[in-house]
Amino acid sequence: MTALRHIFRDPVAAFGLLIVVFALLVAILAPWLAPYPDDAFESHILQRLRPPSAEFPFGTDNLGRDILSRVILGTRNAFAVAIAVVVAAMAVGVPVGLAAGWRDNWMSDVLMRVTDVFLAVPQLILALALGQLMAPGIGTAMVALAFTYWPFFARTVYAETRRLRGSLFVDALAGIGASPTRILFLHVLPNAAPAILVRATVGMGFTILTAALLGFLGVGAAPPSPDWGLAVSEARQHLPEAWWFPTFPGLAILLLVLGFNLLGDGLRDAADPRLRRSRR
Amino acid sequence: MARYILRRVLLALPALFGLVILTFVLSRVVPGDAAATLAGDAATPAQIADIRARYGLDRPIMEQAAIHVRQVLTGDFGRSIFSGRPVAEEIIQRLPATLELTFVALFLATVIGIPLGLLAALDHNGPIDHLVRLLSVGGLAIASFWLAIMLQLVFSMDLDVLPLRGRMDVALGQPARVTGSMLIDSLLAGRLDMFVDACRHLVLPAVTLALPGLATIARFTRSGVLETLQKDFVLYARAAGYGRVRLAAIYVLRNAVNVTVTQIGLLFGALISGAVAVEAVFDWPGLGTYAVQAILSADYKALLAVTLVVGVVYAVVNVAVDVVQALIDPRVAEEHR
Repeated sequence: MTALRHIFRDPVAAFGLLIVVFALLVAILAPWLAPYPDDAFESHILQRLRPPSAEFPFGTDNLGRDILSRVILGTRNAFAVAIAVVVAAMAVGVPVGLAAGWRDNWMSDVLMRVTDVFLAVPQLILALALGQLMAPGIGTAMVALAFTYWPFFARTVYAETRRLRGSLFVDALAGIGASPTRILFLHVLPNAAPAILVRATVGMGFTILTAALLGFLGVGAAPPSPDWGLAVSEARQHLPEAWWFPTFPGLAILLLVLGFNLLGDGLRDAADPRLRRSRR
Repeated sequence: MARYILRRVLLALPALFGLVILTFVLSRVVPGDAAATLAGDAATPAQIADIRARYGLDRPIMEQAAIHVRQVLTGDFGRSIFSGRPVAEEIIQRLPATLELTFVALFLATVIGIPLGLLAALDHNGPIDHLVRLLSVGGLAIASFWLAIMLQLVFSMDLDVLPLRGRMDVALGQPARVTGSMLIDSLLAGRLDMFVDACRHLVLPAVTLALPGLATIARFTRSGVLETLQKDFVLYARAAGYGRVRLAAIYVLRNAVNVTVTQIGLLFGALISGAVAVEAVFDWPGLGTYAVQAILSADYKALLAVTLVVGVVYAVVNVAVDVVQALIDPRVAEEHR
């Protein structure tokens, strides 16, 4: 609650929250909001590449589909991918971080060395290799992104667990006979939650960007999916005539990622009092 | 200092070795039957068996792993399935183009980002600060492939002031290849016209690539300077009558910039990822386009080799960053004794 109040007091972070909530509503209500909901799959060759007008506010694409409708429908894709990837990466990374941070033994070493291997190469490169080895498609892209994003959660949780394991309340819990599993999941994890939440929020934005890039490169979503990255890639052959074709899907990416980044920034400030002081 | 560098190199090796193993596992486990993948859809069982024997896929898995490690260590990545040429040769051909692009982008990001961060911190909560904050948040949210296309649309197609793609005008030919960097090679050849043209070709890709880095650097410099400004020595220096500019630009910045330098190492990963997108848009003949081409032609050997090479470059840059950090702040090297 304090965090939420803090975010509302920080206008920039509140703006980020506003964007994210707005986009989420658009994603949920997409089929009812889109003026031409069937344009995800239907094409109308006769009205291809029309510039923006009252009828088609964002213009139409190379198959005559309304770009506004496709941007709205694409919001669903973006959220679905981002949520699935972040949740999956958390499901792997958080337990690994907890286990590795709890005691300094060989298992902790092994886990962190494995994490280092994944961090030894940029996420996109590894995701590309993985996306190629499995059959390219949106499912593959999601698996590849989750497979390469969990080390970031592992790192965050590892640092938090190491910080917390020496605290008095952990000693007290161990003293009254609480099992390590209980301490870790019921007491250490909630204390690490702010850091995880910040990482997840930033990760949502990052995943949307990377997923769009995978779609653009042809390893992610496949036509006729109304994916934003894919739309920008399809638009390249129709430049410079159809400037509206890549512009609006790209702006949608920018706006949503901006929302998540601003929100993540605000959450970070709210969670870390040391940083809060430097801003005021 | 030498011991510190050696220590850092030794620390980077296990992760790289792990990466070699990981690529092996990926190439053997993920596609199911690697031989069938190599042979294609229309292959007969005899052809698949032949490929299996030729690539050593019929041997025990541990032996295959050992062979894979030995090949990678000797720089032998096999032949590209797409072009039939050795992958190592193709990568050496293309690596300089990517390095040139990323280093120019990194240079731009640093020389613009650090002063911006410093200005923002000195103007804490003022108009410049807000502007830099907006720029740094926006720069990280923009999809580089989209920005690249937008810049192309405006500067190459509409205004026609900068070239659309490539590294050099075809009419000019190419300078003799010495380092593989167009900027250096054209200067070595004494061709100023080529140098200028190479610069013009670099502007859009480098600016696109630099923006996210610039955002990060400005942001970390800002918070580093803000933190340092609260230290006692600043108060003392101010009382002793040091000029505002001299104090901020030399004493505060040197203390504050260390955090930023760490970020530059981490940024390199983002730059390489961004380079894939930027190269694809600008037809830049580097590793990024090579990776994209490998994806399109299902050339998994080339893609895994790119992964390894990028891993090595990444490790080298991060070791270099640690060394630079120790040079800026000698305490860093001493702490690790």
